[in-house]
Amino acid sequence: MATTEAEILAREAAHPTAPPVVEFRRVSKRYDNGMGLDDASFTVGRGEFVFLVGSTGSGKSTVMRLLIKELEPTSGTIRVAGRDLAEITRKKVPFFRRNLGVVFQDFKLLPNRTVHDNVAYALQVTGSSRKEVRAKVPDILRLTGLSTKLHHFPDQLSGGEQQRVSVARAFVNHPPLLLADEPTGNLDPETSIGIMQLLYRINRTGTTVIVATHDSAMVDRMRRRVIELSSGRIIRDEVSGLYAPRDMSTAEFGALLREPAPAPRRVREPGDDFDDAFRD
Amino acid sequence: MRIGFFLREALRSMSRNAVPSFAAMASVLVTVLVLGVFIPVVQATTGAANDVRSRVLVNVYLKTDAKPDDVARVQRLLDDKVDHVGKVQYLSKADALKEQKARYPEAYDLLGSNPLPDTFRVTPDKPDNALKLRDALSPSAPGGGHTTIDPSIDTVKNSKDDTQKILVATRVVKLTTGLLAVLLVVASVLLVSNTIRLSLFSRRREVEVMKLVGATDWFIRWPFVIEGIVLGALGGLMAILLLLVGKIALLDPLISQFALLAAPKTIHLGVLVAVLLAASIGVSAAGSGLSLRRFLRV
Repeated sequence: MATTEAEILAREAAHPTAPPVVEFRRVSKRYDNGMGLDDASFTVGRGEFVFLVGSTGSGKSTVMRLLIKELEPTSGTIRVAGRDLAEITRKKVPFFRRNLGVVFQDFKLLPNRTVHDNVAYALQVTGSSRKEVRAKVPDILRLTGLSTKLHHFPDQLSGGEQQRVSVARAFVNHPPLLLADEPTGNLDPETSIGIMQLLYRINRTGTTVIVATHDSAMVDRMRRRVIELSSGRIIRDEVSGLYAPRDMSTAEFGALLREPAPAPRRVREPGDDFDDAFRD
Repeated sequence: MRIGFFLREALRSMSRNAVPSFAAMASVLVTVLVLGVFIPVVQATTGAANDVRSRVLVNVYLKTDAKPDDVARVQRLLDDKVDHVGKVQYLSKADALKEQKARYPEAYDLLGSNPLPDTFRVTPDKPDNALKLRDALSPSAPGGGHTTIDPSIDTVKNSKDDTQKILVATRVVKLTTGLLAVLLVVASVLLVSNTIRLSLFSRRREVEVMKLVGATDWFIRWPFVIEGIVLGALGGLMAILLLLVGKIALLDPLISQFALLAAPKTIHLGVLVAVLLAASIGVSAAGSGLSLRRFLRV
């Protein structure tokens, strides 16, 4: 946590040939009923904060699920930290996933474990000793502001708090890459800001963060790299972008709204009960 | 650390999922109870059937004027030459008379002399071979009727004319009980595995989350297997306890009154308990471990 941005930059400079954290090279994913991802290529460098935007069905979740190796691409190669995902056997997948933090829209917490045990599970999975668990879990819960809710069960928490637990669980192993699939999809704007701040703080420690989102206000406010997908294709990749493409200005959008509404098509018929009801 | 962790996980999930756990345990209990009653019943039935079959005898009556030399010759013949001979029991004229006198004293007191022949009671090596044995001792003659293989043999008879009937009836009894036993075992396995699947299905989301966090298959599976072992052992122990109570309260008084029930040999009680316990633990542990496989493919 003590790492400053300057230190990260220095580390980057020391390893100029370090591979990008995420690399998609001409990746396509075909589902039975259509295209999930169509010939997508992009790279994400170390320490970047990337928004993945696009309407429902545009392929954001496909990218996420490909990255955690829940799905296999139909063609193309995906590399995470220089490692080709196709080379990871089914048996090795759990070990690969320990290097990723994953946050979902529906939190995916274990319902019959307390906040503490939910976070501890991510450590226990890796074979951590009880001592490590006792040292790390309270730490990360303090960072996420959950110290007082240690022994609550997920159903006793608000949505925002549950999402904080899920972020804490994703980050307790200090993974180099954190993926968040619509992390604020179920939350009100106020709470969303808190979660985004948390993700941003995690990013500041050097963790690469990829966030798939619908939340235009958040994207516009944070001004980070934006990759926009539309029906499986990457249509935009800007270093510090907005949710909507820049070519439509506010003035144009306003003009669109000011256009006169279409005239009613139905002609009034005198004596009609329905029309009479609205006559003064 | 690892084993302690898995044990704690198993206990936690049992206490947090009390109802499905109880259902799984109850199904094991019922299954073991039924099996525990049925195994001895099947054994007693087949034992009784075998007992009846073992009474199938072939009697070889010698001619009344047979000399001791003839008896010795037929004895040798039975011992060495004829197939399917199991046990040979010699009953001399005098012994036969004594036996019959004991049974019908008045009738035999009236007789002055001994009308009974020397007899060999021959048990076939297998009950099914009784008829073959008879044919071997007295092959059918070309002109009808039967001849005998030794001139001093008068007739060869089965101890009961309905040997054939006994053989068929006991075979049917054995087959039906065997078939019922197989059906019962299949039904029990289906019942237990279904209950386990059901309780696992309600927790498939949990398994999915565990996989996403990076748990290996066996890390997820061990607590479930331990849970299966504990539930199976509990269900099995309770069923065995009930069986023992039933045996002491119901069966033992009956056995002391009716010799019939005690006659057929059944499985030793200790062995039965061990088999039932091993089966209940094995089936539920393997069941929960294997059923999980479907949910582990994430």
